[in-house]
Amino acid sequence: MYKLTIEEKTYSCQPDETVLDALLRGNVNISYACKKGTCHSCMVRSPDTVPPEAAQAGLKNTLKKRNHFLACLCHPEQDMVIKLPDQSEFYTEGTVVVNEMLNRNTLLLIIAFKDAFEFNAGQFVNLQRADGLTRSYSIANTPQESNTLEFHIRRLPGGRFSEWLHDEIKAGDTIAVSEPRGHCFYLPEKSEQGILLVGTGTGLAPLAGILTDALAQGHSGPIYLFHGSREVEDLYRIDEMRQLAEQHQNFHYIPCISSNHVPAGFSHGRANEVALATLTDLKGWRVFLCGHPEMVNQMKKMTFLKGAASADIYADAFLVTPT
Amino acid sequence: MSKTLYERIGGEPAVNAAVDIFYRKVLNDPRINRFFDNVDMEKQAAKQKAFLTMAFGGPHSYTGQDMRTGHAHLVKMGLNDSHFDAVVEDLGATLVELNVPQELINEVVAICEPTRNDVLGR
Repeated sequence: MYKLTIEEKTYSCQPDETVLDALLRGNVNISYACKKGTCHSCMVRSPDTVPPEAAQAGLKNTLKKRNHFLACLCHPEQDMVIKLPDQSEFYTEGTVVVNEMLNRNTLLLIIAFKDAFEFNAGQFVNLQRADGLTRSYSIANTPQESNTLEFHIRRLPGGRFSEWLHDEIKAGDTIAVSEPRGHCFYLPEKSEQGILLVGTGTGLAPLAGILTDALAQGHSGPIYLFHGSREVEDLYRIDEMRQLAEQHQNFHYIPCISSNHVPAGFSHGRANEVALATLTDLKGWRVFLCGHPEMVNQMKKMTFLKGAASADIYADAFLVTPT
Repeated sequence: MSKTLYERIGGEPAVNAAVDIFYRKVLNDPRINRFFDNVDMEKQAAKQKAFLTMAFGGPHSYTGQDMRTGHAHLVKMGLNDSHFDAVVEDLGATLVELNVPQELINEVVAICEPTRNDVLGR
């Protein structure tokens, strides 16, 4: 018999019981439906222990890496600490060390921590103001860079949190940062695989992290980054990306402008449309999508139809919290 | 005891092999893809997997009522027998592509058929 711990409470799991059955018996409010590993409703996480292999069958590789598992398929092999999806998070205090503009409406925010902050490039965190106001932002750097997190913050008209970050926060201020979340990140496997990155606006943030990570880990397959916005003034990191493309033969950077004023060196059209016109067969490719929810949803379908396997499509849609 | 259809067809690995091929056929099928215009790919992939598991005679918990509720909004959009037939046809073509023997495909089709009235809300 093994012990299951959720926050302060412990539950016993009988030898013939699954984690889901044990938790339901203990009146834990956990969502579930099919009870046989198909619907993924009961997916939970064990931060400290690797779950049994059978409990991770059919999950995306990045979810497996983060110790997510299906409670209905899990017969524990040791005591487990379990986190439910909606469980309150642990926040760490960080200090703002850089706040400067990347373009006319995007702020570069770098937050430093006393100790190493563990994450995978491409994940996101929740930032929290002292009064409890909380928003999710993607991390734009990689864990190799000295205990800091980098964020790209677009000013949303009337957005309470982004306006606060843009107008009030300054170097030296502290801010609470949640544990990293999300499963949109690079795993160093199949290094010859093609990688397609498509982002709009600050959707570049997680993609830049994923790109840096893939290049640092020696990814040898072709990597295409399509970064789009309406006007050239809303793109950023253009020179840095061009320089990276010069340094790495397998990396291709295609900045896209959807309005009619397209300077030389930029592609005309929406980033997703330019990407689909450039790469016609995505069989065997890994795809990362980030930005406008409609673009992300549309592209999930289109890249799948162009041959990418559903397990190889990773996406983070920006959901704007109503103010 | 003789093996179940689900075992003979290859169990969960067979479902995993079939799900992308099948769903790609459905999304590419002009007869039915309008019903999938606004769905979330990830949630839909999980549903397709559940459907294939059922069609392959595997463990499932669908009831006739689930089928009715789950498709009611599509019936309002005009879902009818021709669309049901198209899905079954795409499923058959998927299995042909995976070299599943015809007699097993016939069994799969036979499992789908009794759900027709529930799916179409009759």
